[in-house]
Amino acid sequence: MSAVPFAGAARDSVLHRLSNALYLNPRALLALLLVPPLLWLGAMYLGSLLTLLLQSFYYVDEFSGKVVRAFSLRTWGELFTLANLDIVVRTTAMAAAVTVAAIAIAFPLAYYMVRHASLQMNALFYLAVMLPLWSSYLVRVYSWKLILAKEGIVTWVTEQLGLGWLLNALLSLPAVGGPSRSTSWLGTFIVFVYIWLPFMVLPIVAALERVPKSLIEAAADLGAHPRQTFRTVIWPLALPGVAAGSIFTFSLTLGDYIIPQIIGGSQPFIGQAVYLHQGTAGNVPMAAVMTIVPIAIMGIYLTVAKRLGAFDAL
Amino acid sequence: MRSERSRAPVALKLAATAAILFLHVPLAIIVLYAFSAEEATFVFPPPALTTRWFAVALAREDIHAALGLSLRVATVATLAALLLGTLAAAAVWRSRFFGRDTISLLLVLPIALPGIITGISLRSAFGLLEIPFSFWTIVIGHATFCIVVVYNNVLARLRRSAFSQIEASMDLGANGFQTFRYVILPNIASSLLAGAMLAFALSFDEIIVTTFTAGQQSTLPIWMLTELVRPRERPVTNVVAVLVIALTFIPILAAFYLTRDTQDVAGAGK
Repeated sequence: MSAVPFAGAARDSVLHRLSNALYLNPRALLALLLVPPLLWLGAMYLGSLLTLLLQSFYYVDEFSGKVVRAFSLRTWGELFTLANLDIVVRTTAMAAAVTVAAIAIAFPLAYYMVRHASLQMNALFYLAVMLPLWSSYLVRVYSWKLILAKEGIVTWVTEQLGLGWLLNALLSLPAVGGPSRSTSWLGTFIVFVYIWLPFMVLPIVAALERVPKSLIEAAADLGAHPRQTFRTVIWPLALPGVAAGSIFTFSLTLGDYIIPQIIGGSQPFIGQAVYLHQGTAGNVPMAAVMTIVPIAIMGIYLTVAKRLGAFDAL
Repeated sequence: MRSERSRAPVALKLAATAAILFLHVPLAIIVLYAFSAEEATFVFPPPALTTRWFAVALAREDIHAALGLSLRVATVATLAALLLGTLAAAAVWRSRFFGRDTISLLLVLPIALPGIITGISLRSAFGLLEIPFSFWTIVIGHATFCIVVVYNNVLARLRRSAFSQIEASMDLGANGFQTFRYVILPNIASSLLAGAMLAFALSFDEIIVTTFTAGQQSTLPIWMLTELVRPRERPVTNVVAVLVIALTFIPILAAFYLTRDTQDVAGAGK
């Protein structure tokens, strides 16, 4: 590098003096660096979150239908009606089911990537997981509308295989089925798993990559069956990754309102309830309460996950 | 744990392949449908293939407007995130101060919490302050969750760059600004670019926060959502879907190749 850029620094230029002042005063420099992002996130984002929390203590007047800006626990009380608890339980159950399924699909993939794939293959697998993670959320939901459509590919495949009766039997099951494929619980469940799967794969890969090879060899040397090695060595060490992934799948399922709206039945999830309350119903206090529910559930979940060491793998 | 490549059991190989297919076959199906000649239904297999819907979609004014808005929002949000994320990373790098760990949490919060929470709290704050929905309300929402992407990338790079270079530059008489311009910036340039690419893809694709902060405006994802809820011209929607896939895959691939030789590949954590 030539010395030209530095030669231009006149000793008494304003910039130079400012630079010296900042160098001698690291606190001021730190403040200059921190203030913009802190103003943005601290004031604007946290401020908004707090306003929302505040509004959960307002209530909607039954006669005028307007929001009364006075402290009350009335809206919180409404959360504990049967209809609302039903929504909370249904959403939490779906989030748990989606998380379990995502682990079941993601773990073998992550394990194969780390233990068996060649370096080039591994990079390819990595991209194949990362691309859907970052992109085209809505398009990916939409793809299932095409797949599950009555005249779509699922029908075609089952008909080719002569299994149409099996599909109909599946849809008529009480807790799983629904009036049609794209309005059934099963449909919503598949799409949730599909959309959040990459969020589960990557933390598990990260955790598995940190399992020391020597431990696995030691287990084998000591006479452990591969299955035993997996159960007593690999799985416990991979658990933080699984927990980290489950934080994503759980949290994302709790808050999503697009997927069940596009592929789902008429009974709402928490996200949809929030959306309806704040939108057409104009009941922002109730929407605020319903927003705090997933935060609270996540709080509990995170406390448990932290005990399992999930944050080491993030 | 990367060991010598031992032979994988067949079942494991099948399970891994199935998982990858599960992730990508639906995208392939969308691409296939974009060429389907069938107009009214999602019939499979498509009766015939055609490219005419691309021409139809590209001529549509509403798609132009939505695409334009999305691109402008993503650009401005990315620039804001670049500035704020880099500042935050520089502050956290090499200094200790009260609440330093809280900063990371604060930055991660907008993407760690479900998007609906960010969306509704911004909307209610806009409502209380009587700020009308505009281009800028969308940008504010997007920049908020894009900051962390830039922050993560830049901080990881800063942590791996040698501080001695900066000391050397100072010793040679460069002031702080010159050191930034000629030493620090070249060091973090590719991580800035990677962060920007990911932030752009994230913003371009975002729907959940956007529905709360857009008002009557229509970004490309909002346009798609309206089409999904009330389909009007399905073939056009299919073409737009393919367009969105292409426009988000390109920056992500770029970010991957910019950082692939380093310890921390961009996009490892969202």
